[in-house]
Amino acid sequence: MSTALSEDIAVLARARRTGLGRQIGVTLALVVGILGMLVLSLSKGDFAIPFTDVIRTLLGSGDAGNHFIVIELRLPRAITGLCVGLALGLAGALFQSLLRNPLASPDMIGVTQGAGVGAVVAAVGFGVSGFALSASALFGALATSTLIYLLAWRRGVAGYRLILIGIGVAGASASVISYLLTSSEVTVAQEALVWLTGSLNGSSLEAFYPLLIALLVLFPLTMIAVRPLSALQMGDDTAAGLGVPVERSRRFLLLCAVGLTGVAVAAAGPVSFVAFVCGPVARQLVPGKGAALVQASLIGALLMLVADFAAQHLLWSTQFPVGVVTSLIGAPYLLYLLARANRIGKGG
Amino acid sequence: MTAEHTLSTQDLHLGYDGRKVVEGLNLAVPPGKVTMIVGPNACGKSTTLRAMARLLNPTAGAILLDGKDIQKMPTKEVAGVLGILPQTPVAPDGIIVSDLVGRGRYPHQGWLRKWTAEDDEAVAEAMRSTSVLELASRPVDALSGGQRQRVWIAMALAQRTDLLLLDEPTTYLDVTHQLEVLDLLIDLNEKRGTTVVVVLHDLNLACRYADHLVALRAGKVLAEGNPGEVVTAELIGEIFGMRCSVVPDPISGTPMIVPIGRHRSGAPA
Repeated sequence: MSTALSEDIAVLARARRTGLGRQIGVTLALVVGILGMLVLSLSKGDFAIPFTDVIRTLLGSGDAGNHFIVIELRLPRAITGLCVGLALGLAGALFQSLLRNPLASPDMIGVTQGAGVGAVVAAVGFGVSGFALSASALFGALATSTLIYLLAWRRGVAGYRLILIGIGVAGASASVISYLLTSSEVTVAQEALVWLTGSLNGSSLEAFYPLLIALLVLFPLTMIAVRPLSALQMGDDTAAGLGVPVERSRRFLLLCAVGLTGVAVAAAGPVSFVAFVCGPVARQLVPGKGAALVQASLIGALLMLVADFAAQHLLWSTQFPVGVVTSLIGAPYLLYLLARANRIGKGG
Repeated sequence: MTAEHTLSTQDLHLGYDGRKVVEGLNLAVPPGKVTMIVGPNACGKSTTLRAMARLLNPTAGAILLDGKDIQKMPTKEVAGVLGILPQTPVAPDGIIVSDLVGRGRYPHQGWLRKWTAEDDEAVAEAMRSTSVLELASRPVDALSGGQRQRVWIAMALAQRTDLLLLDEPTTYLDVTHQLEVLDLLIDLNEKRGTTVVVVLHDLNLACRYADHLVALRAGKVLAEGNPGEVVTAELIGEIFGMRCSVVPDPISGTPMIVPIGRHRSGAPA
């Protein structure tokens, strides 16, 4: 190898390293933040437990009373929130980078709303609850996504068409939900409504295990599916030229993202805006590093933990659904994003 | 390197939504040469190029790469031999130059085979020959149009294919950058023996830079061959429906088309 060439390669290696320190720093900070929030949310409550005791209990050497409060009462809620956040953060960032649009998160393009329809139909129409309700939500998400995909299909699926059709389907789903709620018993409607806001109040270890298993399948699957994403981001023609089977790869990735959204919504209800904000925030924190999927996923987990902590302890009611807090954070962010997109004259 | 790969179309029919664009096109790309496809708007030149790069399925007929139907070959195998720079590639938000060029290595990587010294060499060489090495850590969004186009060409070069197809690579560039891009393609052809196929708008530049010129009109080849032998005022008139005079290019001696409009066309004879 000539010296000129090896010098050039050194230049490239330096260029690749730019921002690497920041990337590692941000990732570590997020992990530390998540662990911190986890301990904090396990410690605080009607009966406060010192951090050291929380950690000791988590490591399996606390007393029986602390064990009951930390592991039985508080842990299911915290880890459900954490896992839901991981799934939603990743799903949102996947949708947004795949469809090349920050508005294309599953809670904007009808996937989440579809899960809502599934759950409400099951609850109002068939009186089911618990695991069956979650399963119906997942089914709703999958069915709606298939519908959106088929409606958007025209010699392949282009980003904009999918988003517009998704928004239409989201609207239709919302009316179906409203119709079902207004024509049902007040008590049933009340229960469905809490679920529809997105809540971790009913979390239990029994309900957590299906979520955990689903994620243990979906995360590795997503890691496989994500390889062509770097090519797909450059446009269909470029990706096809690089030897990517475009439509098949996109379908596989969308399926993973829909699955992640579906199981998250099944576990905690359609917690709004989490999927939507994580991707753009992650890309701002680690600029020039592609889709920043890992960071987006971690931000999702952190956001869920913080939002649920605020909903439980910082607001005026202890039974506040977490979705209210995420909306309080997410809605202004959406407005900011739209205003900024207008000013700089591009879609994101 | 010698050009060992061949690319041709065989009774090719192309169309969108039932509208026929190309009917019965037979075209053989001369290996190791620079071929330029010219023709008026909507003559099917970009459509043909996209089909030749298997981005568009023919409605009938076939594209043959080394004698095999390109549609039936594994797409990744094709990507090892044939590269395409589409008309409107999209740079992901905030991506830096070296990362974008590195993505051209995609077809050479797999699950087990990650980034290697060969990838490093290919990217470095591609960036050196397109003079974008100094921009390596800059975000692509922040570049000028000319720089950006060179970065995209670098990405296509990093793929290291023997055949390179480019769809109007000089559009939106000023004349200096147009020449830069075309000179770069000639370098590539002469140094590496790469077979280059370009769809080009500018007739005079096509005549100057092409070894082999293909003139399309309404999806049919009206003439093909060495520009000096095929380009005549009659041919241009037939293709573009425009009166013109063809004179030797004072710099290269290749045919130069001087268009004649209704006004400002000299004293009436």
